[in-house]
Amino acid sequence: MPKPPTKTLTLLHLYPEQMNIYGDWGNVLTLVQRAKWHGYDMKIVDHHPGKQLPADIDIVIGGGGQDSGQTVIQDDLLRIGDGLKRLADQRVPMLVICGLYQLFGHFFQTKDGERIRGIGLFDIETYGGDKRMIGNIVTRTAYGDLIGYENHSGMTVLGDDQKALGTVVRGDGNNGKDKTEGAVYRYVFGSYLHGSLLPKNPVFADALIEYAAMHRYGSFEPGIIDDHFADEARRIASTRPR
Amino acid sequence: MHMIPHKHVVTIGKVVRHASRLRGGTGSALPGLVVEKLDPKFAARVLSELPQGIVIITGTNGKTTTTKIVCKLLHDHGYRVFTNRTGSNFTRGIIASILAETNSDGMLDADIAVLELDEAYAAQFVKLIRPRYSLLLNVMRDQLDRFGEIDHTASLLRRVAEATIEGVVLNRDDPLVSKIASDLPTTMQVRYFGLGEELKSAFPSDQDLYGKSSVHQPLPAVSSSDVILEKLSGRSATFAFGTASLPRKTLKIDGVYNAQNAAAALAVTRMILGDEAADPAWLLGSLANARPAFGRGEAIEIDGQPLEIILVKNPAGFRLALDSYAARPARTMIAINDNYADGRDMSWLWDVPFKSLKHVEVIGGIRAYDMALRLQYDDVEVGTVIPSLSKALSTLLADKPQPRRIFCTYTAMMAIRRQLQSRYLLEDIDA
Repeated sequence: MPKPPTKTLTLLHLYPEQMNIYGDWGNVLTLVQRAKWHGYDMKIVDHHPGKQLPADIDIVIGGGGQDSGQTVIQDDLLRIGDGLKRLADQRVPMLVICGLYQLFGHFFQTKDGERIRGIGLFDIETYGGDKRMIGNIVTRTAYGDLIGYENHSGMTVLGDDQKALGTVVRGDGNNGKDKTEGAVYRYVFGSYLHGSLLPKNPVFADALIEYAAMHRYGSFEPGIIDDHFADEARRIASTRPR
Repeated sequence: MHMIPHKHVVTIGKVVRHASRLRGGTGSALPGLVVEKLDPKFAARVLSELPQGIVIITGTNGKTTTTKIVCKLLHDHGYRVFTNRTGSNFTRGIIASILAETNSDGMLDADIAVLELDEAYAAQFVKLIRPRYSLLLNVMRDQLDRFGEIDHTASLLRRVAEATIEGVVLNRDDPLVSKIASDLPTTMQVRYFGLGEELKSAFPSDQDLYGKSSVHQPLPAVSSSDVILEKLSGRSATFAFGTASLPRKTLKIDGVYNAQNAAAALAVTRMILGDEAADPAWLLGSLANARPAFGRGEAIEIDGQPLEIILVKNPAGFRLALDSYAARPARTMIAINDNYADGRDMSWLWDVPFKSLKHVEVIGGIRAYDMALRLQYDDVEVGTVIPSLSKALSTLLADKPQPRRIFCTYTAMMAIRRQLQSRYLLEDIDA
């Protein structure tokens, strides 16, 4: 049985109105529920354009968006970029997917050559392409195999010293060429695996919760969670056509 | 290529169709493929000869039911109507439907064609044949893995509107659809269907579901040509033509989304017939007898109890279906497949709130465990998880006779329908 929550963690959700495509809410829900099952009450704070970054954040989550959503948030992201970097250096875990992953890098260059500046937390550059990289994907990471779905036309290139989150076993990943997927800086993770990334990858979800708990309390005591459905969903997803 | 006379193409197509039906197929894909190869312009030529032209119905949700209602209204008015059958809304399917209904001269025995087309295909189709009228229902997050992003889907609908000759009917409450009006020439007739204030909260658009920031579109003014669903209580609906309310009418269709489809169907039918010819009382009388398409809310009877089969394709549709049926508890099954026609990406399940369900008896389909996982995170109890749809259906139908309900994706619905037909010898499951 899950323990009743006694400790509190605070999750900052970046741009929930603009950057929420592809079921990104599933990542937030997974963290909140698993935290509860581990005995932590996870509070959600939304960050909207124009608002100040709140203090006492333990974990940051952001998703993908339509191009129109991206236009709305890009200036605000640059404004809070230094604050996010400070949190990153304080070992606050973050997970950013698709659109926000790209803007955590140096820039996103559209097909027309226009550059949208990012905050440069990752040493990555992204170029809009003609090919949509789409379908089921499996990558090998320090947190086991991540199983998910990618859907992007941006091609992301890692800088020389930039670590990837994973190696592509099946699928396209960052650019469809070098077998890398995502990026890692301290406990900040960027990835193209959208929406259902955390539900089907509970080991990774629990690592993020552990980092958040370590940041707040300096310790983490996991509860016992029945991941039977996740195990079966992973097994079947990895056999499905691209 | 040497031109084969039209009549011979028809004959060949009919022979292939007959042969493939003898082999137990649905008679849709193969003859369409053969004829398309022989004569790529076949469908365009046959359809362009119809005296009243072509009506295209497209959008993410509600195409099948809306098309069915429009066909019924026009048919009751005395039109001979050609339509494509459900699930065959690509060229080959349309050709197969044409082959089934042409006489030996290769002419279609119809006054008008009402076609239900997939958004991406509709945008292609209008390059070959311009529709006289089009009805654009909505833009929602559906199968994004096929169309890319929602803004792209909206641009597909815009292309359909721009290719239309006489008039378009737009969803007044969906900003991504209503804003298309500003891109159209002033010579184009533009009409709207929509919801009254009271119902709007019950029927959020995708923008409402996901945050309102991406499109700010003022509501278009209501004209007397528009059709508004003002009130809905159970199956009792009040429509208004412009601001003039019509008498309340009891429908055979369930749920606010189907009643909204009915408003869309009324609006386009009035445009086709002309406001003078389309007498309100007569239209409502005809509408009252329209039935939803299979899997769109009609119950079939099993063991003397209703079994409702509800097609779910995207977050907005699933959410509305759950809201619509929450008040009437039933033994519930959910069936989720991820074949091409369903969409391969399971992320959409995470955009649907399931808390109202409390308990689901059985989950089936290829991605049954993804669904079970989703319910685990909404604290919904799950009885059994069985990917085999046949076994899942048996589990649902076990236990004492009682109202039952299945929420299912498209290919899961087709499989369940075949199962039910063979088990219960149902004759008139109408697609």
